[in-house]
Amino acid sequence: MKLFIWISLIIIFLSMLGTLIRVFKGPSTPDRLIALDGIGVMLISIIALLSIAFDTMYFIDVILLIAIMSFIGTVSFSKFIEKGAIIDRDSHR
Amino acid sequence: MEFVWLIFLPAVAALFVPSLFRRAAGIHTGWFVLAIPLVLFGYFSTYIPRVAGGEHAVSSFDWIPSLGISFVSYLDGLSLLFTLLITGIGSLVVLYSVFYLDRKKEKLGNFYVYLLLFMTAMLGVVQSDNVISLYLFWELTSISSFLLIGYWYTRDGSRFGALKSMMITVGGGLMMLGGFVLLGIMGDTYSIRELITRLPDYAGDPLFTLAAVLLLLGAFTKSAQFPFYIWLPDAMEAPTPVSAYLHSATMVKAGLYLVARFTPIFAGSSVWIWLVCGIGLLTLFWGSFFAVKQTDLKAILAFSTVSQLGLIMSLLGAGAIAYHTDDPLFRVAMFAAIFHLVNHAVFKGSLFMIAGIVDHETGTRDIRKLGGLMSIMPISFTVAFIGGLSMAGLPPFGGFLSKELFLESMVALKHFDLFSFGTWGVLFPVIAWIASVFTFVYSFYFVFHTFAGEKKADKLPLKPHEAPIGMLISPIILAVSVVAIFFIPNVVGSWLVAPAVAAAQPQLYSLPADAAIHVAAWHGPKSVPMWLTVGVIAIGTMLFTTMKSWRPVYALQPRNLSLNAFYDGLMSFSERGMNRLSRSFMNGIIRTYLIYMFAFLSVMTIVILFAKGAFELDMDSLSPVTLFAVLNAVVALLGAAMVILSKNRISAIIALGAVGYSVALFFVLFKAPDLALTQLVIETISVALFLLAFRHLPAMKTHGETKGNKLVNAIIAGAVGLSVTLVALSAHSNKLVASISQFYKDTVQTEAGGGNIVNVILVDYRGFDTLFEIAVLSIAGIAVLGMIKLRLAGKGSDDEKK
Repeated sequence: MKLFIWISLIIIFLSMLGTLIRVFKGPSTPDRLIALDGIGVMLISIIALLSIAFDTMYFIDVILLIAIMSFIGTVSFSKFIEKGAIIDRDSHR
Repeated sequence: MEFVWLIFLPAVAALFVPSLFRRAAGIHTGWFVLAIPLVLFGYFSTYIPRVAGGEHAVSSFDWIPSLGISFVSYLDGLSLLFTLLITGIGSLVVLYSVFYLDRKKEKLGNFYVYLLLFMTAMLGVVQSDNVISLYLFWELTSISSFLLIGYWYTRDGSRFGALKSMMITVGGGLMMLGGFVLLGIMGDTYSIRELITRLPDYAGDPLFTLAAVLLLLGAFTKSAQFPFYIWLPDAMEAPTPVSAYLHSATMVKAGLYLVARFTPIFAGSSVWIWLVCGIGLLTLFWGSFFAVKQTDLKAILAFSTVSQLGLIMSLLGAGAIAYHTDDPLFRVAMFAAIFHLVNHAVFKGSLFMIAGIVDHETGTRDIRKLGGLMSIMPISFTVAFIGGLSMAGLPPFGGFLSKELFLESMVALKHFDLFSFGTWGVLFPVIAWIASVFTFVYSFYFVFHTFAGEKKADKLPLKPHEAPIGMLISPIILAVSVVAIFFIPNVVGSWLVAPAVAAAQPQLYSLPADAAIHVAAWHGPKSVPMWLTVGVIAIGTMLFTTMKSWRPVYALQPRNLSLNAFYDGLMSFSERGMNRLSRSFMNGIIRTYLIYMFAFLSVMTIVILFAKGAFELDMDSLSPVTLFAVLNAVVALLGAAMVILSKNRISAIIALGAVGYSVALFFVLFKAPDLALTQLVIETISVALFLLAFRHLPAMKTHGETKGNKLVNAIIAGAVGLSVTLVALSAHSNKLVASISQFYKDTVQTEAGGGNIVNVILVDYRGFDTLFEIAVLSIAGIAVLGMIKLRLAGKGSDDEKK
């Protein structure tokens, strides 16, 4: 079981490195963003695997949080790429 | 009666002067002020018989008892003599100023407040037995003198003179404070009398000579000795009563008082004798030589004051020799010093007043424009004649007697054998004699070029006439005293001078009567000083009559080689040079300041770590390294490298986010779920904030960085990283005590009733920190709001106008 977890961790980690290369190279900002989103998902799985390895429940919060953060981050980045600003000013004031 | 309070009487009276000046505008304020020195003079005169009998009076009041600082008024011969000079000449000067300063044109309120403050300060200086309170009053004299010199503060010359005298005298005062503190440490007391009795305990101390030199620096700056005399001629911008009072009779004698007062302590030191005697003689010669060059009446008197102060100083040095030899020849010196001090105060006061009268009645002090005033101002001329001849050292005036005594002690110096005086001692009488010749010349120059010769009425701004009688009273009283001293020298000697001598040399005399020396005007044909005086008169008359032919000698001295030029250069150098120095490293670029800070930090840390042998590496207590931690570290490092190397800002921000997330992953790895949670949220928010600000940020620039710059930055960054790593490693290897975390583990349930140790620590065990971190967050929030909303400058100013 332990071996299985460690092998899975290493596989995920290697794929994380792969996506990190995409973050480095780009070439466009959306490429980097998608890679970052992927890294977020990989972080979730890493933490899940780690909490199995450490035999603890405490990191479940972290997993949820990353999921939310990753979503919010990706959305705000996307909006930034689209409009150049994250928070719009209310034009009907 | 506690007469220590009387020191403060003038200062207290000064409080009422401004209101008197305003309420009683019809009467000259000086009349009210006149009462104070008169009362003090009368009161302190009553001590003369007691003090002349060998007694002394002490009155004290504790100021800071725990530090041994108190106001002690100690009246012995020396301080009584000075007290009487200060109050006596003070009364005359106030009387003179009543007629000199115009009631309607001048700010009399200011003037008399400063003058009374000065009087308190001066009384404090001469009566204090505690060196710390002595220093307090000493600086008060400097400050009040600064105010008085700058009395006509709209003139450039006044302000320059005031500043210069302040700089020099306060600088010397600080040196003197150093000497006092050294004495206090060595003798373990601040009382001068105690210091004298404890002298054998510390006379051999290595700091003893340093204390002597520091003390002398204070005395020399105050008493305008070479090379610090330069402030005195510039202080002549003050109103004439001030010049007469401060810069001839009282303040400049504070240094002489100090030397006389500390003679019992330092007389044993050869440095003291050589400095006091040598500098005094040099000043005497220098001042008398350059007095002839001056064309301004007050400047002549200023240089003459410098020279006469040098004379008294050299006599005080010769007086210290009396401690080393039993030869009665040297006992004359101290007596001569004090005697001449009295004489000088009297005749110089009158001369200054005459200079003021001439200025007042003719409108100029330039000696080249004056002349032939003898028949117009006969009384002033008589007074100037008496004062001038007394200054030159001619009979039948007081100055003659003290000059004879001076020459006698200088001749005696060549008989002294210690401290290589045998070799150089012969120079002393020679220099003293030459200086006396020049003294003779400038005295005559002062008197006769002003009052004799042809009338130059067309050159004078005002039509000259004799001064009002009120203005003449004070100089007449002084001139009468000058003559009186010649005829009754032994009365003055035994009542005033001898007690002062006994006080300045307490180890030599048990009673003042022992110190008295019979002063006679006629020493018989065998006396050396008399023939010297005859020589002075002969050569002096010759030089005076041929003055026109040799005076161009003074033009030989280049302007930029004078001491004044040196002072000006020093001032402008310290201003401009220091300015340039600070500008050379304070270049306004934050990058440079960060380089200073980080370079200093890393170099100090690494040097101390290895110089003190503090570095230690203990591999045993390390935990095992897991593979996943290594991989995560690689990710963090890659992210950090990308932050540094990225060419555009957005990828730097993304890389920073990656570093933050891998740190969160470290928290997970090291089992800190709360930290991981917080780190994730905060990292996301800060990345979002970076992006928010992104649009407003300028494009990434190099900010003028060159390759060399980057190399330096890289080296310093490496050094900082290295030092932090080394400190962390050795801190880990040097654990002295066990962690207290076991306590938290044991009590988190029982004491605090919680399961999450981190949260219990945050809100229970150490809730205080949390409270203030909440405060920090609120402040940051409010500050952000304020920064965004409040735009007072630039664009925001439009809103203000609306």
